[in-house]
Amino acid sequence: MKNILLKQKENLITYGIVIFAYLILELLIATGSITSLLKGLLVPLCVYVILAISLNLTVGILGQLSLGHAGFMCVGAFSSAFFSKLTVGVINPDWLRFLLALIIGFVFAGIVGFLIGMPVLRLRGDYLAIVTLAFGEIIKNIINVLYIGIDSKGVHFSMKDSLSLNLEETGKVIINGAKGITGTPKNSTFTIGTILILVTLFITLNLIKSRDGRAIMAIRDNEIAAESVGINITKYKLMAFTVSAALAGVGGVLYAHNLNSLMATPKNFGYNMSIMILVFVVLGGIGNIRGSMIAAVILTLLPELLRGLSNFRMLIYSLVLIAMMIINWAPGARIARERFLSRLPFFKKRAELTEGGKENG
Amino acid sequence: MADTNAVLSVDHLSISFGGLRAVDDLSLSINEGELYGLIGPNGAGKTTAFNLLTGVYKPDEGIIRLCGKDITGKSTIDINRAGIARTFQNIRLFKELSVLDNVKCGLHNRYHYSTFEGILRLPKYRRVEKEMTDEAMRLLKVFDLDSEASCKASQLPYGKQRKLEIARALATNPKLLLLDEPAAGMNPQETKELMETISFIRRDFGLTILLIEHDMKLVSGICERLTVLNFGRVLAEGETKTVLNNPEVITAYLGE
Amino acid sequence: MTFLTYLINGISLGSVYAIIALGYTMVYGIAKMLNFAHGDVIMIGSYTVFVSVSALGLPMPVGMVLSIVLCTVLGIVVEAVAYRPLRGASSLAVLITAIGVSYLLQNIALLIFGANTTSFTSVVNIKPIVLASSEKIVNGETVVTELTVTGESLVTIISCIVIMIGLTLFVNKTKAGQAMLAVSEDKGAAKLMGINVNATISLTFAIGSALAAVAGMLLCSAYPALTPYTGSMPGIKAFVAAVFGGIGSIPGALIGGILLGIIEILSKAYISSQLADAIVFLVLIVVLVVKPTGILGRKLMEKV
Repeated sequence: MKNILLKQKENLITYGIVIFAYLILELLIATGSITSLLKGLLVPLCVYVILAISLNLTVGILGQLSLGHAGFMCVGAFSSAFFSKLTVGVINPDWLRFLLALIIGFVFAGIVGFLIGMPVLRLRGDYLAIVTLAFGEIIKNIINVLYIGIDSKGVHFSMKDSLSLNLEETGKVIINGAKGITGTPKNSTFTIGTILILVTLFITLNLIKSRDGRAIMAIRDNEIAAESVGINITKYKLMAFTVSAALAGVGGVLYAHNLNSLMATPKNFGYNMSIMILVFVVLGGIGNIRGSMIAAVILTLLPELLRGLSNFRMLIYSLVLIAMMIINWAPGARIARERFLSRLPFFKKRAELTEGGKENG
Repeated sequence: MADTNAVLSVDHLSISFGGLRAVDDLSLSINEGELYGLIGPNGAGKTTAFNLLTGVYKPDEGIIRLCGKDITGKSTIDINRAGIARTFQNIRLFKELSVLDNVKCGLHNRYHYSTFEGILRLPKYRRVEKEMTDEAMRLLKVFDLDSEASCKASQLPYGKQRKLEIARALATNPKLLLLDEPAAGMNPQETKELMETISFIRRDFGLTILLIEHDMKLVSGICERLTVLNFGRVLAEGETKTVLNNPEVITAYLGE
Repeated sequence: MTFLTYLINGISLGSVYAIIALGYTMVYGIAKMLNFAHGDVIMIGSYTVFVSVSALGLPMPVGMVLSIVLCTVLGIVVEAVAYRPLRGASSLAVLITAIGVSYLLQNIALLIFGANTTSFTSVVNIKPIVLASSEKIVNGETVVTELTVTGESLVTIISCIVIMIGLTLFVNKTKAGQAMLAVSEDKGAAKLMGINVNATISLTFAIGSALAAVAGMLLCSAYPALTPYTGSMPGIKAFVAAVFGGIGSIPGALIGGILLGIIEILSKAYISSQLADAIVFLVLIVVLVVKPTGILGRKLMEKV
């Protein structure tokens, strides 16, 4: 019982950290003590945090490796940008249109997640990883050859070029192949980003602590046992995967409405982005939602903080990444760390407490 | 075979892997409230029989009936819903979940609220979760695990992990409980306690139990009837005492 | 005629994928890890050839040997420093570390060579060979279509065949090869049988990296634009090829690689060059959904 209350408190701390960080940053902005560079990073930071939280649902909670998360972000970004561009000046006020855009990004990414999840979720481990990577790349590639325009006769599609859309003179091209969508309204702000982080957290944390979340984690821990107590593996795998994809879509909406022109490049929606998000999740602690948020922030800021080192920054970044992985995960390093910590008075007490819990029982 | 009292009746069950007939023409019938033992040397097909009964494998031939209803070839999930729960030879707990949550997973299909009610924490969520916690705690108490409810399952000592697995299986409210070597790896004291617990839950939950066991003491102490398997085939069956004195059984399984 | 040309190009590209995929598949089979940095070893190998030949003026064969040696050493060092400490850790942790190594190699190359494209001099010095030719009269003029195979394609395909045969013999006939099989089957048991597991894993990385060096030279000879990111996409595709053919299987890598190369070139030629990658990935997905362990993969069942 006590433990449940404790967990409830843990969640509140997570929300608290987000709100606190937001207030501090807003204060810094108000007093003008923040560089414009960092200011420009605030919305992307929110995007990465949302992506990290949502991917943790697949990787940490469901226990399945996905390397295609950027693909769902891409779907959310393009579907919502498409909608926004189409309805600028039609749907007023702005907040209502943006809210609808968010819902559209969420729903479309969720649908794509569901459709992809259905055939592939029976694959395991590295096979699932490569298939999700493949889907992410396919989504990116298709968007790059997609031309959609609109005129008085309706919507026109093409996979060739904008001319073959056969638009009337008054018609306009919405998605222009590799050039993407230009002129998406810039609705994303740091405040909206923070609110979306909180919503993502709310959905994720509450899902984890519900009957469905328990079933999802049971599948992660032991599929055969989960089945033996009557848990529907397919249903819950799909549920976690779909929610994870839909939330990534929300990240995509935020991302798309922070840019004047939205293009699907290998850098923003390719597998490298998926990998970067995965790095956040793994470094922050698989299944540890708060940890992945913090990792997302630190790892996004790190290259910027190292900017003075110019060319060396990515080199240092990669070295830090390797070193942190070895320190955090190597069996040898773990033992050494525990030994070291147990000598310190504060940690000793804690270690004894957890040990005691084991033995008393 | 069409015993009206039979909770479980198995007729001519067979399965082959490649050329090997892992279970060959197995028939047995277990009455309500009975504690039935399935014994045999390693590789005799006992666990395979369990896997057939729980739908992990689909039989090549034969019929499985639970309380007269044909459940042959159904999925593991449907069979669990129909009323068969099991434990595993190599313990399969939800390691990262708490002891309490392990049992609550067992309660999964008995308590319901929608995903939305869960995410939005609506009153129904709170009410049902409380009911689930109460029921799970009641079960944990039976196995003397209630004080460790908030521990991670993997932190429990071995013997308690076995008990937790039984508690989780019971949480699905089965008619028939299959126990796969419940005393494996336990010391004599723990085994004795386990025997008492098994007897207790059988009475208290009105259960029928089929158990695989190597520990002869446990088998002769609590099982009323036995089936002995050897090379997938039934070697002997009947009252525990009679079977254990059967010379064929002694040579095949018990040794000298 | 053009179709046959495309087919040969596809087989040639596929041969490169197959050679890279071999490295992936061997390392996966033995260390059970996705070595994401494998593709970047290709790039390091190509730069080595470039530096030794174009900058230092060494003869081509010396550059090639240097490249193979350097990559072999690189493979062994990376395994010992970055992957060995993580043996026994979660596979996800190893994967992320491999990604870190991949970034590291890319950024070292970026520091030394910059982001600009370096033009690679082909290591092959053979003129294109005409396999067949036909004449057609179009508008009164005689048009000759020839089926040619470039020297690069020829060398690539032959190298691939030689490497496949050599490696199969090595794995099946030598003691070290048998040790590799044993380690991939069961590390613990192999250790108990007196096999030096660490040395065997090092050897696997050495072979895989040496093959990557070869693949790099062949790839850059056919497609001479060299950048610090040259290795990453072929690396991913080779990984796809390995999974496609059934990861852990040497003939699987060959089949997967060749099929992938052919599909890629034919899609580029007949469907859409922008969608070629998407088609390659789509075929992979279809194969895996139909046969979850790849074309030649073994089925592993969890014991209940």
